[in-house]
Amino acid sequence: MNQHPPQNRGLTAIDGAMFLIVILLIVQIWLLSASLEAYLAGHSEAALPGAIISGVIFLVCAGLYIFVDRIDSSVRRE
Amino acid sequence: MKWFRRPSNTPLWKDEFSVFTADERYVNRRQFTKFLTLTSLAMFAGNVWILLRSWFHKQPQFPLQAVARLDEIGVGGSKVFSYPTAQDPCILVRTAEDSYVAYSQKCTHLSCAVYYSRELNQLACPCHNGYFALADGAVLQGPPRRPLPRVVLEQKGGELVALRVETGGRA
Repeated sequence: MNQHPPQNRGLTAIDGAMFLIVILLIVQIWLLSASLEAYLAGHSEAALPGAIISGVIFLVCAGLYIFVDRIDSSVRRE
Repeated sequence: MKWFRRPSNTPLWKDEFSVFTADERYVNRRQFTKFLTLTSLAMFAGNVWILLRSWFHKQPQFPLQAVARLDEIGVGGSKVFSYPTAQDPCILVRTAEDSYVAYSQKCTHLSCAVYYSRELNQLACPCHNGYFALADGAVLQGPPRRPLPRVVLEQKGGELVALRVETGGRA
């Protein structure tokens, strides 16, 4: 038996996805800061792995947004 | 991001501005998630910008420039000059009878002008109490995280000539 009222379904999943995105964003901000510091210090070899990891994090964030969007549209359509 | 949505007959404006109070929680969360995702895209764009800058970084041309006569400053003295352009202030310090060092005068934290502290025998930034070693420009204390760019000098005749500026591993 579902104990949550119908209008609350999916909210926990959405909150979890949002929390995960916030964590990933903190990592991404640190990555950008570290890449910039390394570049300004003359160590440009850190730029490529930094950009690749940042791109992967963005793709994960975009995937989580699609997940949130799908839950939102499916719950509200019912 | 309409293209992420499943095919639906519901107009987009109804998705974004729901007339039902219960749906507001979903709309708010989805829009905040969209904002976070766009912020993530901006961070990625920043990293790509750094990558492109590092790929297409042009080696600057450094002119040979006489910055001081050998007897112009005494031991423990300093002189400010500009190198390689008039917008790049540098500081020259005579550390011993036959030893000179020169660094960019812009602090690597927020570009305040550093000065030579004879009492501490260090280069000091008065803005946020950053200190740099006189021997190699390394950070000793304070918020700066990068060493001062070093001006490579050579003695030619009775003059000190600046050859180039070295920033970490890059000239």
